[in-house]
Amino acid sequence: MKNIKMLTANDAVAYAVKLAKVQVVAAYPITPQTACVERISEFIEKGELKAEFICVESEHSALSAVIGASSCGVRTFTATSSQGLALMHEMLHWAAGTRLPIVMYVVNRALAAPWSIWCDHQDSLSQRDTGWLQFYAENNQELFDTVLMSYKICEDEEILLPAMICADAFILSHATAPVSIPSPKDIDDFLPPYDLKLALDDIENPVTYVPTCAPTREDSDWYMEYKYLQQDAMLKAAKKIKEVCREFNEKFGRFHGDLLEKYRCDDAEVVILSMGSFAAQAKDVVDDMRREGFKVGAVKIRTFRPFPVDDLRQLAKNVKAMAIVDRGFSFGHCGQLFMEVKSALYNLPDRPLVKGYVMGLGGRDIKYSDQRYVIEQTFKDLEKGFVEREIEWVNLRL
Amino acid sequence: MGKFEIIRGEKMNILGLPEEEYLYPGFGSCPGCGSFLALRHTLKALGKKAILVIPAGCTAATTGLFPKTPFKVPVFETAFETTASLASGVIAALKMKGKEDIVVVGWAGDGGTYDIGIQALSGAAERGENLLYICYDNEAYMNTGIQRSGGTPFGARTTTTPIIGKQQHKKDMPLIMAVHKIPYVATACASYPQDLFKKVRKAREMRGTRYIHILCPCPPGWRFDINKTVEIGKLAVKTGIWALYEIENGKFKLTGASRGLIDPSKRTPVKEYTKLQGRFSHLTEKQIEILQKWIDDQWKTYQQYIK
Amino acid sequence: MKSLREIPKSPIAKPDIASVGITGNWRIFRPVIRKENCKKCLLCWLYCPDGVIRVDEEGYPEINYHFCKGCGICANECPAKAIEMMGESGYEEH
Repeated sequence: MKNIKMLTANDAVAYAVKLAKVQVVAAYPITPQTACVERISEFIEKGELKAEFICVESEHSALSAVIGASSCGVRTFTATSSQGLALMHEMLHWAAGTRLPIVMYVVNRALAAPWSIWCDHQDSLSQRDTGWLQFYAENNQELFDTVLMSYKICEDEEILLPAMICADAFILSHATAPVSIPSPKDIDDFLPPYDLKLALDDIENPVTYVPTCAPTREDSDWYMEYKYLQQDAMLKAAKKIKEVCREFNEKFGRFHGDLLEKYRCDDAEVVILSMGSFAAQAKDVVDDMRREGFKVGAVKIRTFRPFPVDDLRQLAKNVKAMAIVDRGFSFGHCGQLFMEVKSALYNLPDRPLVKGYVMGLGGRDIKYSDQRYVIEQTFKDLEKGFVEREIEWVNLRL
Repeated sequence: MGKFEIIRGEKMNILGLPEEEYLYPGFGSCPGCGSFLALRHTLKALGKKAILVIPAGCTAATTGLFPKTPFKVPVFETAFETTASLASGVIAALKMKGKEDIVVVGWAGDGGTYDIGIQALSGAAERGENLLYICYDNEAYMNTGIQRSGGTPFGARTTTTPIIGKQQHKKDMPLIMAVHKIPYVATACASYPQDLFKKVRKAREMRGTRYIHILCPCPPGWRFDINKTVEIGKLAVKTGIWALYEIENGKFKLTGASRGLIDPSKRTPVKEYTKLQGRFSHLTEKQIEILQKWIDDQWKTYQQYIK
Repeated sequence: MKSLREIPKSPIAKPDIASVGITGNWRIFRPVIRKENCKKCLLCWLYCPDGVIRVDEEGYPEINYHFCKGCGICANECPAKAIEMMGESGYEEH
């Protein structure tokens, strides 16, 4: 008998945190994440989750507290959005560099200035260099499943990297959808307890966490190697993510894609790339256009980090044109997803046409008609044989 | 020396302090460093079951060179402003693991306490975290080369107040912490290690947020000869520019060499202290008067608390 | 350690002497204890910032010259004036 609850993404994450038996949570309120940590506090005060909740005085302190706790070998969680994530920036580097398997729920919300509480991906994409795994969820069920899977992936001895699980502001965070919740026993079977070697609280084997690596002394000059090891762990994570998604599917019967999800791409000439909740709508557009005879497919980028370089190169072999939709922008160049896709495909001998479309910044609705426009435009470019304007801002009030 | 808790298995010497050193020698502090004198005795008072959280500053910079550390207890060398927040996380983890006999200690400088670290510290105190927070105060950002901090006293020359000297008085951090109504606030001085030891031992056994503030003379920063550290610290207490006291559950008590200094005639005039330090060498009569008045006002406040 | 395969996975440092080096090499002057004047009060032990003075079996303080930085606080504080700061040259290297 399946246990299906009608939950917002915020609540779904709270349930996942409860079932993952997280031990220390530190969080600061920020719209639209607040309801998630409120629900977690409720679980703790009701006794349903045995954990310490630290009501910290800023997001910077939230991540610092969770870093301190994680280094003692306990399972930790925090959540934030937009301004809060930006405030945590310094400590994001710390968590990844110290190699701690912290899981953080990020509700993707636009960054000031101007002020906005609505959805775009700029907040998490701005943090792509920090060394955190980044997952983008399409719907509430995927979000719930990904939180559980990410503990398993991150706590692997060979990986030990933190992960942020991203969900669109309001579209997912505040929208109710059915979420199937596995039994606690099944989750315990899937997710073993966290065990850290050389933890901070090991009094018998005292260590100093986070020393200085000075390039001026040969025995201390290991900074670059530590960074290389972080990248090495990221590459191992790419493999582990595929493994764990397969395992999850076998055990719970759900597969949301691993690093990316391909929808009707096998014989597609044109493919539209999306990330986050609007990936769902892209599939509707694809279905309608397929009925009209267009050979089109949709790709959902599920992990922005580690970036699915190999999978995209595989895909690109059979596709003639790609439309990449960005919900963020790196001023002075182009959208972050477009930038990364282009660079992943550059060295291929035979490359598809690519174009970057910018949509939905500051929470502007990404409409069905916008996504349809993008696909039609791509087919036109394919006919012409070249892309006239590399970057197009769609639905802009010019 | 008075009573204090003895940790099982400790070997004491004739001064009534444990013999065991908790720092392996060969760390990078300046010769004559007041803060390491304080750290050495603090670690003796804490014993083996302690985890230290140390932010950027003199201590971290001189002890944290990969692959070796001098600390015989676990340490987390953290980002500058995060001492109390990271420590709060460690405390929560230890609680979940049932290891609350390990004391979690924040060891931060004046910069990391008065200025950049005050938010996290105030937050932790407000939450009543089981944290023993110790500020080692050398009265400037010494690690980065003697810049002015909230803890720098009036008139002192630093590299960011190089000619005129600091125009504001030293922020009263211990009293700020006392107003948080935490169970224990104490001040100490590196030159009085036995008084410091007693206070750290006492605070170790308490629950709730405990705050100890140690004045640590700094030869390169305050500009005096490296062999005068203990002397200068004692003079700071004798002039009353630094008072040794405890506020335990709201009750104020002077300790050690500060007892009996309520009577201003018993306090050495502050110019005996300033004339020995290069950082005060430019002070005019007028400025010394301002500093002396500040000291006298501080002691009037202490007098109120004692009543 | 010669390869990244040998370093700890997470950046941690392990407890050891000489974490920065043989700090005894910093000295210009070295403190020399005249046992005949020493009262064994252990104030030198108390005030040494580097903790390089230990107490021997007879209760006399003994200085570890590998790591003593020569600050001279011990000499300055000794109530019996039993410690003298001598120039470093003229002493054998340990």
